[in-house]
Amino acid sequence: MPLLTVNHLRASFHTRAGIVRAVRDVSFQIERGETLGIVGESGSGKSVTCYSIMGLLPQPPGRIEGGQAIFDGVDLLALSHRELNKYRGLRISMIFQDPMTSLNPYLRIEDQLIEPLLIHEKIARAAARRRALEMLAEVGIPDPGQRIRMYPHEFSGGMRQRVMIAMALITKPDLLIADEPTTALDVTVQAQILDLMKKMREELGMAILLVSHDLGVVAGCCDRVIVMYAGRVMESARTGDLFRDTKHPYTRALQKSIPALQVKGRELYTIAGAPPDLLRPLPGCPFAPRCGYVVDYCAREEIGPLEVAPAHCSACLRVQKEKLPL
Amino acid sequence: MMPAPTLQLDEQVDGEKSASFWRDAWHRLWKNKLALFGLFVVAALSLVCLLAPLLCRYVIGFSYEQQNLALGPVPPNRAHWLGTDPLGRDLLARVLYGGQISLMVGLCATGVSLFIGVIYGAVSGFAGGKVDMVLMRLVDILYALPFTIFVILLMVFFGQYIILLFVAIGAVQWLTMARIVRGQVMAIKQQEFIEAARALGLRRRRILFRHILPNLLGPIIVYATLTVPEVMLLEAFLSFLGLGVQPPHSSWGVLIKEGAEMMEEYPWLLTYPAVAMALTLFSLNFLGDGLRDALDVRGSKD
Repeated sequence: MPLLTVNHLRASFHTRAGIVRAVRDVSFQIERGETLGIVGESGSGKSVTCYSIMGLLPQPPGRIEGGQAIFDGVDLLALSHRELNKYRGLRISMIFQDPMTSLNPYLRIEDQLIEPLLIHEKIARAAARRRALEMLAEVGIPDPGQRIRMYPHEFSGGMRQRVMIAMALITKPDLLIADEPTTALDVTVQAQILDLMKKMREELGMAILLVSHDLGVVAGCCDRVIVMYAGRVMESARTGDLFRDTKHPYTRALQKSIPALQVKGRELYTIAGAPPDLLRPLPGCPFAPRCGYVVDYCAREEIGPLEVAPAHCSACLRVQKEKLPL
Repeated sequence: MMPAPTLQLDEQVDGEKSASFWRDAWHRLWKNKLALFGLFVVAALSLVCLLAPLLCRYVIGFSYEQQNLALGPVPPNRAHWLGTDPLGRDLLARVLYGGQISLMVGLCATGVSLFIGVIYGAVSGFAGGKVDMVLMRLVDILYALPFTIFVILLMVFFGQYIILLFVAIGAVQWLTMARIVRGQVMAIKQQEFIEAARALGLRRRRILFRHILPNLLGPIIVYATLTVPEVMLLEAFLSFLGLGVQPPHSSWGVLIKEGAEMMEEYPWLLTYPAVAMALTLFSLNFLGDGLRDALDVRGSKD
C-alpha cells in the first residue's frame, strides 16, 4: 500500500471575480521512502496541492471541492483540524519556500525547534533540547550549543533552511512535503540543501514530496516526477523515462526552455503565449493554445492521464492516440 | 528537574552574546540614554508621590488639606517651597498627593485597557470572518456611545468611587487598542511562519498567544505609553465636571484646571502642577520609544 494516495483532488478559490479552479482532478501516489517531484510553472497548482494535503488551504476563499488524500489508510481531507494536528508536524512535515520568513522572528531557534516535540510527544524540555542539539548538528549547523540560543535574524538564508529542515524532521516523520525549498536560495546553497535532504531521507527512510519549478532540481533527486499545468497532471513517469522518453509536448517544451541546453549565442527557447485563465477554463487540453503539436480535437475532447508506456502516464490526446515524435 | 548537562550548557552559553530575550532587551535599553532618563524620572516621581504622607509629615511640614485662610495665596518661599493656594494649602503637598491619583489612574486605566483591548483585538483578528465582523461592530457601537453620559450613568448607579474612574476610563480606552491589535494580528496571520506553525500541528490558541502576540509587543507598548497621558487628561476632564476626584482630594488635572483659572494673579499655581505632568508625559514617551526598540529583537545589530 502506498504511503500517500491522492485521488481526484479538486481545489478552487472562490473570489469576487469568480471561481478559480486551481487544482482539477489530480491523482498520484507516494511509496514509503520514495521521492516524488512535482514540477510546473507558477500557478499550475503545485503548491495548492500540497497545501490541500496539509489542511493549510485558507478557507475561505479556498475550498476543497472533492477527492481524497489517503495517508496510511486515513483520508486527511476528511479530518477535522484537531485530528489533522495529530499528523501535521508528527508524521507529515512541511518546509516552505522562503526560509527568511518561515521562522518566527521573536522566538529563539531552540523554542521553535523543540515545539513539535513538546506538543506531539510526551517529552521533558531537557530531553527535547538534547534532540534539538543533535538535529542541528545533523543538518550541518556548526556549534549548535551556541547557535540554538540565537534568533532567526542571526542566521543566513541557507542556515535558516537547515533549521527549518531540522524542525520538520525532529519528530522523524514518514513524509516530508517540501514546497520549493531551494527557490529562494543561492545556487551553491541550493545544492547543499538538496544534498542534505537526500542524506536525511536515507537516514530516516522517509518519503519526500518535492515541489519545484526547476527541472534540474527534480532531475537530481526525485525517483518519479509529475508535471502539472493549469491545475492538471500532464505527465507522470520515473525520472529517467521522463527525460529520455518524453510523452507530452509540454514536458518537451519545458526541457527545451532550460538555458544550459542551448547552443551559445542562440536565442533562448520560450513557450509562446501565457498560461490559461483558470477563471474561465476552456474545454479540452489546457495546453492546446500554446502547443506546437496541436490538432483540431485537442481543444474539444476531455483529457485525462493514461498509461502510454509502462509506469508512464501522459494526458496528451495525440500521444494517447498515435505515435507522436516529440 | 533540570539535569546537570543542560545547566552546564546554560552557563556555557550565557557568557556569549546570545543572552535571554529580557537580558538582551535590558541591554539595549541601557544603551538608550533618553529612555533611561525617562525610566528614572517616572520611577523617581512615582516614588516621591508614593512617599507623600511621610514627606508631608517630616519634610514639608504641611498636609495637603491643612488650610490657612489668614495666609491666603503666597508665592514660593522658604516655608512653602511651591507656594500656597487661595485657601492657604501647601502646593507641594497637593502636587504630591495629586500625583498619587494621576499616576494611579494613568497606569491602572491603561492596564485595564491593555488587558481587554489586546485579548479582544487578538481574538477578533485571528478568528476573522463572521466572529471578527460581530466583535468589531460591537466596538463601533461602543465607540458611538457618548463617553460623558456613560460615566455619569456609572456614577449615578454605583456612586462616586475612584475605582469607578478606572473602570470608566479603561472601558473606553480599550476600544482603540482592540482595533490596533486586530489590524496587526490580521497582518501577521498572513505571514509564512504562521503557516509553518500550523503545518507543525499547533493548536490555534498556541499560535495566537505564542507566535503572534510577541510580534505585537512594539505597537502595543507604543500605544500604551500614548494612552497614559490621554487617560490622565481624561481624569482631569472628569474631575472638572465634578465626576472624578472629590475635594479636598486632588489630582494634577484638577490642580492645573484651578491654576489655569488664576494664572494671571497666582501663576505658580499653574506652573508647578503643569511641570510635573509634562515631565511625566515626556518621560513616558521616551521610555515607550526605548522599550519598543529594546524589545525588537530584529533591531539589534550586534
